[in-house]
Amino acid sequence: MNQSTNKYTFKIFRYDPERSPRARYDTFSLEVAKGMTVLDCLQAIKASQDGTLSFRRSCRSAICGSCAMNINGKNDLACHLQVSLLGGRTVTVDPLPGFPVIRDLVVDLEEFYRSLERVLPWLVRSSPFPDKELPQSPAERDRIDSAVNCILCGSCTSSCPSFWFNTRYLAPAALLKAYRFIFDSRDEAKGERLELVDDRNGLWRCRTIYNCEEACPKLLKPNEAIAALKIEALKQSV
Amino acid sequence: MIHRYDTVIIGAGLAGMRAAIEARVSGSCCVLTKVFPTRSHSGAAQGGIAASLGNAGEDDWPTHMFDTVKGSDYLADQDAVEILVKEAPLTIIDLEHMGVPFSRTEEGLIAQRSFGGHTKQRACYAADLTGHVILHTLYEQCLKHAIKFYPEYLVLSLVLADGVCRGVVAMDILTGDIHGFFGRAVVFATGGYGRAFKITSNAHASSGDGLSIIYRAGLPLEDMECVQFHPTGFYPSGILVTEGARGEGAYILNDQGERFMKRYAPDRMELAPRDVTARAIQTEIDQGRGIGGGAYVHLDLRHLGEEKIRKRLPQILDLAMRFTAVDALKAPIPIQPTAHYSMGGIPTDIRGRVIGDAQGTVVPGLYACGECACVSVHGANRLGCNSLLEAVVYGARAGKVVCEDLPGIEWSDWPKGAVEGVQGEVRALVEREGNESLAAIRDELQESMQKNCGIFRSRGPLQEQLLIIGKLQDRFSRARLSDKGKRCNTELVEILELRSLLDFTELIVRGALAREESRGAHYRTDYPKRDDAHWLKHSLARKGPEGPVFDYKPVRITRYQPKERKY
Repeated sequence: MNQSTNKYTFKIFRYDPERSPRARYDTFSLEVAKGMTVLDCLQAIKASQDGTLSFRRSCRSAICGSCAMNINGKNDLACHLQVSLLGGRTVTVDPLPGFPVIRDLVVDLEEFYRSLERVLPWLVRSSPFPDKELPQSPAERDRIDSAVNCILCGSCTSSCPSFWFNTRYLAPAALLKAYRFIFDSRDEAKGERLELVDDRNGLWRCRTIYNCEEACPKLLKPNEAIAALKIEALKQSV
Repeated sequence: MIHRYDTVIIGAGLAGMRAAIEARVSGSCCVLTKVFPTRSHSGAAQGGIAASLGNAGEDDWPTHMFDTVKGSDYLADQDAVEILVKEAPLTIIDLEHMGVPFSRTEEGLIAQRSFGGHTKQRACYAADLTGHVILHTLYEQCLKHAIKFYPEYLVLSLVLADGVCRGVVAMDILTGDIHGFFGRAVVFATGGYGRAFKITSNAHASSGDGLSIIYRAGLPLEDMECVQFHPTGFYPSGILVTEGARGEGAYILNDQGERFMKRYAPDRMELAPRDVTARAIQTEIDQGRGIGGGAYVHLDLRHLGEEKIRKRLPQILDLAMRFTAVDALKAPIPIQPTAHYSMGGIPTDIRGRVIGDAQGTVVPGLYACGECACVSVHGANRLGCNSLLEAVVYGARAGKVVCEDLPGIEWSDWPKGAVEGVQGEVRALVEREGNESLAAIRDELQESMQKNCGIFRSRGPLQEQLLIIGKLQDRFSRARLSDKGKRCNTELVEILELRSLLDFTELIVRGALAREESRGAHYRTDYPKRDDAHWLKHSLARKGPEGPVFDYKPVRITRYQPKERKY
C-alpha cells in the first residue's frame, strides 16, 4: 500500500452543555494516509489531539449504523467514507441534522426509534404456522430485499425537510420499515399497517423531495418504497 | 438509583435478545446494552447460520455434530454439541416464523450454501447479511413483546454476595450516572473480544468487558487461549470477508496465482476449517508468497460471474470497493487473516448456568450465553455458521432455564455500597492525574498481541508478551483522561474498555503458554502436535492473590473418540 500522506483540515461541530450552552466549530489538522476513512480520522484526532471529542462508532464496516453523521453537507457513515475521495482539503463534520444534539456528534435518536414502533414493526400472522418454513419464492423475497438491508442509521430521516418541520412525521426510515412488512408475502397485517401509515403524519407528508435517496449510505431508495406504499394506500381506499 | 427486575440481561446481540424473548414470560426483564440493540456486533455476521435442514441435499444432525466435533479438534464438549445440532433445524424454522428474511430456493425453501469444515450444504443465509437480518428480526420481536432496554449502558461490575449473584452495576453512557440493577437472575451475553488484537474483524465495542467483569469477581474463565483468526479479512483493515464467498466458490491465490490450499487441505481446498486455512495463508505470507511479497494474498470471486456476486455477495462487493478500492467483479480482493472469535469464555453447563469451578459448581442466579460463554460447543476451533447458531440456541435455552429456575430463587438483599463503590472507582479514574495516554497503551497492547500471541505461537514471544502486558498494566495506573465531564464521556468508556483488555489478554497469553500442544486455533510452533494424553482438557483461569491461577477440567466425550484430524 502506498504510505504517502497528506494534510487535511477537519472542521468539527462541538457542543457540550456541561461546559457551555453555545455550540462552536473546532479545527484540527491531520496527516491522512491513503485509505483512511473519516472515522479513522476522528479516532486519530480523539487519540492524539482532543480526547473530549465525542462520537458514536462500533463496527466500522458499514453495518451497525452508529457513525452516521453529516460530512461536507451530506449524511453518510463516517466509517465507509475515504477522505481522499471527498475532494478538497477541508472536511466539515456535523451531527445528523434534525435531531437534538447530546454532545458533539452524538444525537438523541429516541424519537427516531419510537417512530419505528408506530408501524407495527414485526411479522404478523393469524394463520397457524406450518412445521416447516413459510414458503416464499425468490421473487417474493426480492421485493423486500432493500428494505431488510436497512441499518437504522437515521441518515434518511435526518435529511428530510418534511421531518425537520414536523417531527411527528413518520419519515423515511419508519416508512421503509412499514414497506418491509407490507410487501412481505408472509405477513397478514397489510391492511392494518397501511391504515397506520395512510395518515397526514404518515405517507402523505412525504413531499417527494428525495433527499432520503441521496442520504442513504446503503443506497436503499426509501423514496421508492414510499411511492409504492402511496399506490397501495390509494388502491385500498378505492 | 437501583432498578429491580426478575431477570437482568447484559448484551443485546442475538444471544441476549433471544434470551430476553424467553425470560420475559416469567417475570419482569430488562436488557442492558452498551450500543443500541441493532448496532450489536451480531449484525456483522455475514455468511450464514448452520442447520441440517437438508434443503440443498441430504443432511442430518449426526453429520453436523461430527463436523463440529472434528472442527473443534475434539476439545468441544459433545453433550453440548449434540444439543446445538439437534435443536438447529427447529431453531431456524422458529427464526423464519419470527420473520427472518432468509434467501430462498426456487422451491421457496430456505436457501443453504457450503461453508468451511461442514461436509454438507448447511449454511442458511440471507445473501451476505445473515447476522444483520436475524439481529433486526430479534429486535422487532423484542419490540413486539415490549422488552425493556437500557441502551448505551456500560456494565461495570458484577454484584455477588455470599456466592450468589445479585445483579450488576452499570453506567448510563449518555448521562454518566451509575445505576444498580438488582435481579434474581442475571444473564451475560456480552460478546467477544477481537479488540485485543490490532487486525480484527470485530467492532470497537468488542472489548471483552463481560469476561473481565467475571474474572474480577473471582470467577473462572475457560479456554481463553483458543482465539479464532478468520482466514479472510480485508487488507489492511481486517474487516470481514465472509467465508460464504468461498462457500460460493471463490479461490484463494498466492503471488504465483496458485490455489495453494491444495498443499494444505487437498480434500477441502478453500473450504477447510478456519484454523487450517488461516495458518495456510499466514504461512504463504511468512514464506514470501504474499502478493508482491506483501502481507496479503488474493481472494478471487471473478469466475463466479456478476449475477451470482451481486445476488449472493452484495455486501462484499460494496465493502471491497470502499475499503480496498477493488472492484471484485474485475479484480481479486487483497485479504489477510484477522482476529475474529473467542472460543473460550465464561464456563457454563448445558443449561447456560455459570459454573464457578472445575467440579461444575453452579453460581446461583448467574447465566451466560453466546460468544462470551464457553459451554463448549466450539472447543479449540469454531466452524463458520455455528456461532449464530450457538447464540440463538443457547440464548433461548438460557432464557428458558431462567424461567424454570426463577420460582426457586428468593429475592435477597442488595449489598450496601455496591453502586457507591463503583461510583468511587469511576470518579478516581476520571480525576486521576498521570502522564500516560490511553490510546498509546491500547495501540501497544493490540500490536504486541498480534505479534506475540497470534496465529503462530511459541514460548519466547509469549513470555515476552507477558512482560509487555505487565508493563502496560502498570502504565495504565498512570493513564490520564482529558475528558472530565459526565455527559457522554466516550473517553471514559474507552479507558474502561482498555481496563478489560488488559485483564483478559493476560489470561489468553498465560493459557497459551501453559497449553504445550497444538490444537485447533491454538498453534505452538514449539509443540506442533496435538497431545491428547496431557491436553485433552479445558483450562480454567481465575484470579488469585498473586495473579491468575489455572485449573483444568475434562472434556465430555460421548459419541466421537478423538482421532487424527485431516482435511
